[in-house]
Amino acid sequence: MLKEVLNHIMKKPATNLYPAQKLQMPPGFRGKLKFYPERCIGCKLCMRDCPTQAITINKLEDNKFEAVIELDRCIYCGQCVDSCPKKALESTKDVELTQLDAHKLRVVFRAQPENNSKK
Amino acid sequence: MHNSNEFKIPLGPQHPALKEPESFSVALKGEKIMGVDIRLGYNHRGIEKACEERTYIQDMYLIERICGICSHSHSTCFIQAVEEIAGLEVPKRALYIRTLIAELERIHSHLLWLGVAGHEIGFDTLLMYAWRDREIVMDMLAELTGNRVNYGINTIGGVRRNITREQAEKVLGGIKTLEERTKYYIEVATEEVTIRKRLSGVGVLSYEDALRLDAVGPTARASNVNRDVRRDDHYAAYGDIRFEVVTDMHNDVYGRTIVRVKELMESYQIIRQVLQKMPDGPISIKAPRQIPAGEALSRYEAPRGEDVHYVKSNGTEKPERVKVRAPTLANIQAVKHMLADRYLADMPIVIAAIDPCFSCTDRLVTIEYPNKRKNEVISWQALHSYSIEWHRSRGIDFRALNKKFSERIKG
Repeated sequence: MLKEVLNHIMKKPATNLYPAQKLQMPPGFRGKLKFYPERCIGCKLCMRDCPTQAITINKLEDNKFEAVIELDRCIYCGQCVDSCPKKALESTKDVELTQLDAHKLRVVFRAQPENNSKK
Repeated sequence: MHNSNEFKIPLGPQHPALKEPESFSVALKGEKIMGVDIRLGYNHRGIEKACEERTYIQDMYLIERICGICSHSHSTCFIQAVEEIAGLEVPKRALYIRTLIAELERIHSHLLWLGVAGHEIGFDTLLMYAWRDREIVMDMLAELTGNRVNYGINTIGGVRRNITREQAEKVLGGIKTLEERTKYYIEVATEEVTIRKRLSGVGVLSYEDALRLDAVGPTARASNVNRDVRRDDHYAAYGDIRFEVVTDMHNDVYGRTIVRVKELMESYQIIRQVLQKMPDGPISIKAPRQIPAGEALSRYEAPRGEDVHYVKSNGTEKPERVKVRAPTLANIQAVKHMLADRYLADMPIVIAAIDPCFSCTDRLVTIEYPNKRKNEVISWQALHSYSIEWHRSRGIDFRALNKKFSERIKG
């Protein structure tokens, strides 16, 4: 054990200095969801498969849909991304979702006007 | 168990030595423990009932969150039962990927346990080292599955992600580093005087008691019970893979430490074989949304022991009954036995030695009286005697079975 201790005296800590030094997320990481309204066909398969009912697809007009994603309910399993037949949903690498206001965790993706994502 | 000489103190539900809420009522005579009452149910989340209200695909993610450490164990165990009911032929490659993740999970669980055990005996340096090395395997899991904890790799009929050659090489590289570190931990566990003296003779569970109390996993294997679901009733790709089941004769916490660190070495061998033998081909087949009526029981060797899931389906999208028996539930009776006649100071490490997961274990039974408009929570003892009575009234007598069983142990 002593050998190990002496070895590590001169080494840097094994931890990262988080806010200054950010970790690179691996490809395929399941972070915050992104919705492409123009691809959605309104089949609502994502709504049906979501284990926590965190996603709601609303019909605005013909072939125009909006997605309401409740990020505080979402468990980031990525099942909706797998279920979507038109690839209208995507997992991003965004992990910094902390908010003091719970209302800000309700994200709306709407087609018109131009990807207005209320943050 | 209570008399005037004894002193009864409650440990928990909130206690610095235990990370999860669980209440132990300890009867003490001086420093000695005369008896322990375990009260389950603080962390009960009603997952089994919640599963019945959701579809099979949704259940997968719920089941995965029964436990953060054996999340792949629970989801694979559940999915094996569902696939058996549906009669799905899972592609070979998917089975190999499941095996790979399962072994990586075992490595991370055992390293985590080693750190916790170090912490419970006041050897925090070991905790820091073990958890730093655990980061390697956590990063590998994140790389392969997209998440560090709830992997979400299983889906009904296969797995969700394929493994590329670069990823496989990265895993092999990580395994090489971990193997060297594990050799060092084996050295520490077998040669370090503090660990040996602190853990030897603590939490003794003899071979007979391990069989009688139905201990599972490393707890049983440290009492020389040669049982492992991976070998005895092989699932996933374990049928094609050669490995040894590690057992130990020490019968105590020290033996459990040795079993766990040696199992790590077996896991590295399994991973190497899996990556070498992994066939090409599809990773999943399309599964129906409605699972035909039927029932299945599935077993799985989780890092902590045998995990059992029972699923009953009635032909709809939702299961009719899901029953989970997590390994801690099987081991909790053994803890009671291990603690009797031991010192109070040994309690944290004896409990930690089975690697408890109380949120997997917690059970709660309430009785509703429709006439009286009142609910009552039934205690563990009352439930135990109720179940004995229930079976006896149906003509099943456990006394004869117990006798037969004890004869078998002797013979």
